[in-house]
Amino acid sequence: MDLGGINPAVLIASLMVASVPIMLAALGELVVEKAGVLNLGVEGMMIIGAVMGFAVAVNTGSPLAGFLGGAAGGAILSLIFALLTQYLLANQVATGLALTLFGLGLSSLIGQGYVGIRPPLTGAVPLGPLADIPVVGRILFRHDWMVYGSLVMVAATWAVLKFTRIGLILRAVGENHEAAHALGYKVRRIRVLAICFGGAMAGLGGAYISLIRVPQWTDGITSGAGWIALAIVVFASWKPWRVLLGAYLFGGITVLQLNLQAAGARIPVEYLSMSPYLITILVLVIMSSGRGRIAAAAPASLGKNFHASR
Amino acid sequence: MKKLLLATAATLAIAGGASAQGMDKVKACFVYVGPIGDGGWTFQHDQGRLAVIEEFGDRVDASTYQESVPEGADAERVLTQMALSGCNIIFTTSFGYMDQTNNVAAKFPNVKFEHATGYKRDHANVSTYDARFYEGRAVMGTIAGHMTESNKIGYIGSFPIPEVIQGINSSFIAARKVNPDVTMSVVWAYTWFDPAKEADAAKALIEQGVDVILQHTDSTAPLAEAAKTEGVIGFGQASDMTEFKPSPRVSSIIDNWAPYYIERIGALLDGTYEQKATWAGIAEGEVEIGEITDAVPAEVKAAAEAVRDAIVGGQHPFTGPLNKQDGSAWLAEGETPEDGDLAGMNFYVEGITGSIPQ
Repeated sequence: MDLGGINPAVLIASLMVASVPIMLAALGELVVEKAGVLNLGVEGMMIIGAVMGFAVAVNTGSPLAGFLGGAAGGAILSLIFALLTQYLLANQVATGLALTLFGLGLSSLIGQGYVGIRPPLTGAVPLGPLADIPVVGRILFRHDWMVYGSLVMVAATWAVLKFTRIGLILRAVGENHEAAHALGYKVRRIRVLAICFGGAMAGLGGAYISLIRVPQWTDGITSGAGWIALAIVVFASWKPWRVLLGAYLFGGITVLQLNLQAAGARIPVEYLSMSPYLITILVLVIMSSGRGRIAAAAPASLGKNFHASR
Repeated sequence: MKKLLLATAATLAIAGGASAQGMDKVKACFVYVGPIGDGGWTFQHDQGRLAVIEEFGDRVDASTYQESVPEGADAERVLTQMALSGCNIIFTTSFGYMDQTNNVAAKFPNVKFEHATGYKRDHANVSTYDARFYEGRAVMGTIAGHMTESNKIGYIGSFPIPEVIQGINSSFIAARKVNPDVTMSVVWAYTWFDPAKEADAAKALIEQGVDVILQHTDSTAPLAEAAKTEGVIGFGQASDMTEFKPSPRVSSIIDNWAPYYIERIGALLDGTYEQKATWAGIAEGEVEIGEITDAVPAEVKAAAEAVRDAIVGGQHPFTGPLNKQDGSAWLAEGETPEDGDLAGMNFYVEGITGSIPQ
């Protein structure tokens, strides 16, 4: 198969890398929304993860510590959201948007001293002879460990939500928080933990951008990836494996349009640049036209605040 | 900000009527499109401002600047405020301030306005200044043509505007001159500054077999991407980008605005200031070629320096015979283009594939 001079194996390999940040952030947001909380602050948590991960990695010299730092940064920021929405019962939409604005500003402040520095590099996982298999080796076995980690996370999220007691409780809280409360589950605590998980995942995604994908720190480095992650959750109708599909679709088109340009395809650049967004809108329209299937898939208590007295 | 407001009333009266006979003290103000910490475009303009302070000491107050001013209506507010606060000369350092600069200039005829990379001088107090970046591109193109093993050069463009197209054509012509087999792939990023996208663009080019990357975007992300692959080289853009020496950054184009800022403010101080349109290049020191590192063989370095010296000596990077992309004649043997034609350049030269987005 030849796409105007583009090697499909190389293309698939690079779309796997390009989609890691949005996939991680979308997985985290999926769990948050499954618990019935709508956190629109993904972009803010991602960029805090990006700058914290970068700072920690530079100061310790260890990319692993950097990723942990990024996850911690995202989780800590998400705790602000948890405090405001779960304890002070603030509006979730407004709080989430504020979290994004706050995260963007704070990251710019923290990042002042880190412009122009090179982070410690993360190499590919040495898979020995596997990497030399033609085509498949290039696609699957020459990545850094975060690419494999993100795939494991998809499987783990799916398994936990579907097969475990924790997953069942989480879904119960998201579907009907009053019933869950009546059964004796700590709705607020479960939601705070879910929000924290979502923050950590977004932070990991952000750290992947600043530590591996670019790799450097500059203001506004995530440039809208968090919003794409939010769209992917809806696109995936709250199912982990579809998050994988959505992330690959989106990452794939971004990479494809740049590759087509580099390969000299005569397609107007403007159409290529907007194609990921067009496809997202299109998919959302098609999905929602299927007699309220989106409404059926969404957690019933999504975005509603809970207070035990009601 | 506080300083601005305090100074407003006091200096309004002084600001006028001094340009003909020289001034004792000049207040120079600067409007920046990005943060000084961008390590590229705005950083270099701020270096020019600092050079002015060093040159004139107490005779100039160049402490007023504003970072990250959006191109558009907001710039007009910033400019008006600066003019009101007693600035004698205001430098607006991005193409997108063109109309705002002229609008505000109409209201403050006694304040001098200097607009970078623009072409509109609607009022007597508006001057424009630009650098012949394409001269530096010819030197980079020479290195690229010699260094490429795959004979594929990549170019990350920002927006399809004449300034960028000049650079693409100039580097391609120079590369072809030393290596007839060279081809060039252009990727338009549609941004001056988006590290993730610039890195992805560089990656896409490298995957196409490109081993020399030129960029006309402002971040160091393409160099960071090039550093991941053995044998891929690139160049610093706007600023030296020394952190990627000796490879992948093998040389750089440095914008040096200091001589121009010193000249213009000096002219205002001694009363010789006149409206003008400046377009200076390597010879005037406005475009500098950063150190060519040892990652480049000595003979390639010598060839690049020869091109640089020839340009200083008057050799134009666009010297005929040259054809346009469609094969029609552009410049005859030995002919060079008018500056006006260059400033409106909207076509590729012969040999570049792909088309310019319209």
